[in-house]
Amino acid sequence: MLLFEGRIAGISGMLYGVLRPTRGDTAWKAWFIGGLVAGGLLLRIVMPGAFSFGVVRSPAVLASAGVMVGFGARLANGCTSGHAVCGVSRLSRRSLVATATFIACGALVVGIASYIAKVAQ
Amino acid sequence: MKLKVTSFLSGIVFALGLGISGMTRPIKIIGFLDFFGHWDPSLAFVMIGAFSVYFVAYRMSRRMPAPLFIENFSIPSRSDLDLRLIGGAAIFGAGWGLGGFCPGPALVSIASGALPVLIFVVAMALGMYLHAWTAKLGQARSAAPSTLNIAADS
Repeated sequence: MLLFEGRIAGISGMLYGVLRPTRGDTAWKAWFIGGLVAGGLLLRIVMPGAFSFGVVRSPAVLASAGVMVGFGARLANGCTSGHAVCGVSRLSRRSLVATATFIACGALVVGIASYIAKVAQ
Repeated sequence: MKLKVTSFLSGIVFALGLGISGMTRPIKIIGFLDFFGHWDPSLAFVMIGAFSVYFVAYRMSRRMPAPLFIENFSIPSRSDLDLRLIGGAAIFGAGWGLGGFCPGPALVSIASGALPVLIFVVAMALGMYLHAWTAKLGQARSAAPSTLNIAADS
């Protein structure tokens, strides 16, 4: 993407671009997302294990997690692909901070969730 | 046309990479984030691999006058840290740990047809609209000429 199109492959940004299209700047994003799903279909054939999720949270938890991920990614201007991969590799200060924050908060939540699960047993 | 083809192919390659490395499996994500329990560091190697490739690609791109198929590069250049970045990253991280999905793997997993993934993706889209809506409210409230940089990069 960078070498051919001169752009950052930030998934949350592309998804938002497709959800709120602007003229002339949407097609490449939609094609990338189409490619992700097409790649997913390919995986389903050649490597079905990629979708053995292992842990599936309840619908209510997944719905709240989804809203948080969508909202947070827009607020922070990027997600794992844009900040963690593309940003950290460019040594961008904002992306380094964002990535450290996601991992720290994610770890905290996982820690709390497994503690609650342990207590509930 | 070329852009559509490279975008589509990049999407496929990206999806395969996520699938092969285990990023589409919440158990791996949650294991990677489980610093206080049984930490599974395998995704850290995936990230190191991705950084190395991208680091080289980025250096290459700096030497190119322009990308191959378009007139100019568009790369984020901000370096200021603000509450929005940190707060957004914190909310994102919490959601990531809670559900075990981030946007890329969730979109790839649509192909599995599993209902939980579809719930997550729809909620994620709603979260994005919710952000646009609150940002608009915030802008309306601060009547001053806005310097908010909402859709800067990502």
